[in-house]
Amino acid sequence: MNSTNRTVVVTGIGATTPLGGDAASTWEGLLAGRSGISLIEEDWAAELPVRIAGRIAVEPTETIPRPQARKLDRSAQFALVAAQEAWQDAGFTGRAGEEAAVDPDRLGAVVASGIGGVTTLLDQYDVLKEKGVRRVSPHTVPMLMPNSPAANVGIALGARAGVHTPVSACASGAEAIGYAIEMIRTGRADIVVAGGTEAAIHPLPIVAFGNMMAMSKNNDDPQGASRPYDRDRNGFVLGEGAGVVVLESEEHAKARGAKIYAEAIGQGISADAHHITQPEPSGNGIAKALQNLIDNTGLKPAEIAHINAHATSTPQGDIGEIKALRQAFGDDVDHMAIASTKSMTGHLLGGAGGVETVATVLALKNRIAPPTINIDNLDPEVDADIIRGEARPLPEGTIAALNDSFGFGGHNVVLAFRTV
Amino acid sequence: MAATEKEIVDGLAEIVNEIAGIPVEDVQLDKSFTDDLDVDSLSMVEVVVAAEERFDVKIPDDDVKDLKTVGDATKYILEHQA
Repeated sequence: MNSTNRTVVVTGIGATTPLGGDAASTWEGLLAGRSGISLIEEDWAAELPVRIAGRIAVEPTETIPRPQARKLDRSAQFALVAAQEAWQDAGFTGRAGEEAAVDPDRLGAVVASGIGGVTTLLDQYDVLKEKGVRRVSPHTVPMLMPNSPAANVGIALGARAGVHTPVSACASGAEAIGYAIEMIRTGRADIVVAGGTEAAIHPLPIVAFGNMMAMSKNNDDPQGASRPYDRDRNGFVLGEGAGVVVLESEEHAKARGAKIYAEAIGQGISADAHHITQPEPSGNGIAKALQNLIDNTGLKPAEIAHINAHATSTPQGDIGEIKALRQAFGDDVDHMAIASTKSMTGHLLGGAGGVETVATVLALKNRIAPPTINIDNLDPEVDADIIRGEARPLPEGTIAALNDSFGFGGHNVVLAFRTV
Repeated sequence: MAATEKEIVDGLAEIVNEIAGIPVEDVQLDKSFTDDLDVDSLSMVEVVVAAEERFDVKIPDDDVKDLKTVGDATKYILEHQA
């Protein structure tokens, strides 16, 4: 393959989230402005300062056979559920090779998570302490390694062009999709299954994030706790789940008559080089990622009709992103309808970029953008058009949409998509 | 009270069912763990640990490689159980 600048399109989507067990039910929940956040019922949460989370709506063990499920960390189970849905949505039934339209040597998988198999690691340490050496599962290492979701998706679908796991905290899912777009654009693969997953609802991550003062402790109002852009927001709410897309070269998709959701235009990436967890307050780092997107892809700010924002409901982060958008796009921001779907799903960490890419692509395909819920009093510093309360139709004609994802460590990733 | 051959095969069948999802009736003396019962090298470690607990027997790591079939394991447990 000599081509080095091929057009990439989205031909399949899959998700499992706090709003639903697949992309369709998740989308329905997002458009309806439904919160997927609830009180954590388990005994272990009773004494914690944070007792709310966005639990998955449908347990993956309802579809993954038990012998297989017990060898997979929860994060890999989510990834597998979302990847199988996306694969079937793209029109495929068997693995690459069995499926005549897919050459295994031209299929890749890029699936990321922010913190990997953390519940496996912690649970097996409990087994070691309580039951002894012999009882630690021989599956522990392949379950906890952060590349396990990508590897298991690659094995399930027969992907031999390359299987990758970029890790960049809460930007991981978006970075995975950006990496996958590049694999196809530069000719390494014709199809790449890409996305993000996370399963970190366990006392240790919750206490650790809580002690960073990063999480909302609004236990009395779980559904109102994730409130990006609201004056009284006080931190993110942890969610779990996965979102996966099938990316394909336009040429390959058209040759097999595939349904095309949107064009995956490309990515803009930068790093803050500022602080390990604090966002750069001026928004300069994010603005640089947005500018790189424009420079790399030729996308025009005038085309951008919708942004699925990173906005996690933290006091500093939500404003920094808006400042960056102003800095990069100036008055063009006025025609961009901005939403934070984290107000409904919570923050899926490394899964966020995957689920939010699915939402961004569906917004373009259906020409309607989901709302941000829980904005009772818009923060006066938010100088942008936020979709509040109810979903909003998007304009006719060719339009583009962005998915912003930023991670601890100062990772900034912006993905861009366009109607076809 | 030592287990009989039938009790050991039935016990192994339950263990293999739990770990690999193979129906208990398919777990027969002549079946190979890896070739017939979908028990890979990692899952074999789980089978061994579960069998040790159930039949009160020690199966050192060096002996595990000789347990190719359900019959091999049954014979080993019959000979080594406490």
